[in-house]
Amino acid sequence: MPPPPERPARVRRFTAGQRWVHRTTAWLALVCVASAACLYLPPLAELVGRRRLVVLVHEWSGLLIPLPFLLGLVSRAFRADLRRLNRFGPHDRQWLRSALRRERGPRPAGKFNAGQKVYAGWLAGAVLVMLGTGLLMWFTGLAPLVWRTGATFVHDWLALALAVVLAGHIGKALADPEARRGMRTGSVERGWAAREHPLWEHSDR
Amino acid sequence: MGAPLTGALAPVTAGRCDGNLTVRRGPWRRGVRRWSNRRVSTEERTDPGDPDGRGAPVGRRLVLGMLGLGAAGLVAAPLLQRGVEAVAGRDPTGLTGLLPNGGGFRYYSVASSVPELGPQDYRLTVDGLVERPATYSLDALRGLPQTRLVRDVQCVTGWRVPSTPFEGVPLSRLLDAAGVRPEARAVRFDCFDGTYTESLTLAQARRDDVLVALRMQDRPLGHSHGGPVRLYVAPMYFYKSAKWLSGITLTDRVEPGYWERLGYDVDAWVGRSNGRDDAPTA
Repeated sequence: MPPPPERPARVRRFTAGQRWVHRTTAWLALVCVASAACLYLPPLAELVGRRRLVVLVHEWSGLLIPLPFLLGLVSRAFRADLRRLNRFGPHDRQWLRSALRRERGPRPAGKFNAGQKVYAGWLAGAVLVMLGTGLLMWFTGLAPLVWRTGATFVHDWLALALAVVLAGHIGKALADPEARRGMRTGSVERGWAAREHPLWEHSDR
Repeated sequence: MGAPLTGALAPVTAGRCDGNLTVRRGPWRRGVRRWSNRRVSTEERTDPGDPDGRGAPVGRRLVLGMLGLGAAGLVAAPLLQRGVEAVAGRDPTGLTGLLPNGGGFRYYSVASSVPELGPQDYRLTVDGLVERPATYSLDALRGLPQTRLVRDVQCVTGWRVPSTPFEGVPLSRLLDAAGVRPEARAVRFDCFDGTYTESLTLAQARRDDVLVALRMQDRPLGHSHGGPVRLYVAPMYFYKSAKWLSGITLTDRVEPGYWERLGYDVDAWVGRSNGRDDAPTA
C-alpha cells in the first residue's frame, strides 16, 4: 500500500538516546574484542606486546559494556523497545521458521524481527556470563581455584561464540544500508519499514 | 491468557494486562510507574491490534538460559576441558591449536617489542657478586655440556603443556664457573626485551632442574618462545622461566621480578603457590 502523499517519507525508528546507547556499547565492545584478540591470538600478541596495558584496557572496556544499557533505562523509548525485544508473538515463530528453512515466504515482523530478538536476548545473557567469569578471573581472591579454571574455560569458549555472533550482527548491518541509516540518523524510509517490519505500528513523526 | 508462566524461567512475569489484579501478577502494584516491560506511556502503549510487545517473554528466557548455561559450564569445566584436550591430543592437523585451551603455549610479552638476536649479536653476561664476571656468546653456550629435561609446563593462568623437552646448560654450571662470592644470596635475571626481570634464591638457582635453555621441543628456541636463550625453572610456574635471557646477576638478597612486584609469588612452586593446587611439575 503506497503511502498517501501527505505522509512523511521517513519514519522515526530510534531516539537520540537509543542511538547513544547503541554507539557507546558498540565502541566499548569493539575495544573489548580488539584487546581480547591482542591477548589471545599469538600473532597479534607478538605484534602488540605491552601485556599489562592490554589487560587493563580489556578489563575496563568489558566492565563498562553494561553501563550505556543501564543509563538507557531512564529512556521510555528504550524501555519500550526492550519490551518489544522480549516478547515473542506467533508472527515471530513464523519468521524464525521461514528464516531457518530459508523459505522465500513472508517473514512477518514487528519493530524487531525474531532474529533481532533472539540476538538481543542471547547477547544480553552472554555479556552477563562474560562479565561474571571475567570478574572471577580478575579478582582471583573471589572464589576457589576450581571456579577460576572453570571461569577461564567458559570465558574462552563463549568469546569464540561471541566473535561469530558479533560478526553476523555486523555482517547483517553491512548488508542493509537503510537499517544502518536507521541506527545512525534515527529514521528510516517508510517503504523499508513496510517491507522489513510490516507489523511495526510506528507513529508518524 | 497470554504469556505462559512456565516454571522458574519466568518468575516475575505478570499475566496479561486484563484488569484482573491477582497475587500472581508480581511484586509491584498496578499503576505504579516502574522500570519494567509492562507499563508504558500512552504514547508507547501498543493497541490491541498491534502484535508488537505481546507474547511469551522469550528474550528473558534466553538471558536466563545463557546464565544457566554459563553456570553449568563453570561447574562442568574440568570434565569438558579433559574432553577437549583428548580430542586436541589426537588432532594431526593442528587446527585445534586455534581453539580455546586447545593445547600448546600462549605468547605473553610485557614489552612493546623485542629485538631478534642471533649468534652474531646475542650475549649473556654473568656478573654481580662473583669472582670472575663472564660474557657468553651463543656458540660458547652451545659448546658447554647440555642437559635435557622433559617435564610439564604449567602457566599460572591455567594452561599446561605436557611433557615438553627443554635442553641447555645447567644454571649451576655457569654460577660455578663465575665463582659465587660468599655474600651472594640470590640471583637476578635480566632480559633483552628491556623490561622483564626474574629472581631465584641461590639454593633454587643451584637446583639441577634449572637450565639456561637453548632448545625446546628438540628444536632451537624460537623468538616467540624466548629464543635464542631463556631461563627454564622446571619446578615453578612458567613466569619464572624468563624469556630472552641476557643477564645473570648475583645479589645479596632476592629482588622480586616483574610479575612478583605485581603480586605474584616469588617462590613460585607449581601447586604450592599463587593460591593454586596444580599437580607439581618436578
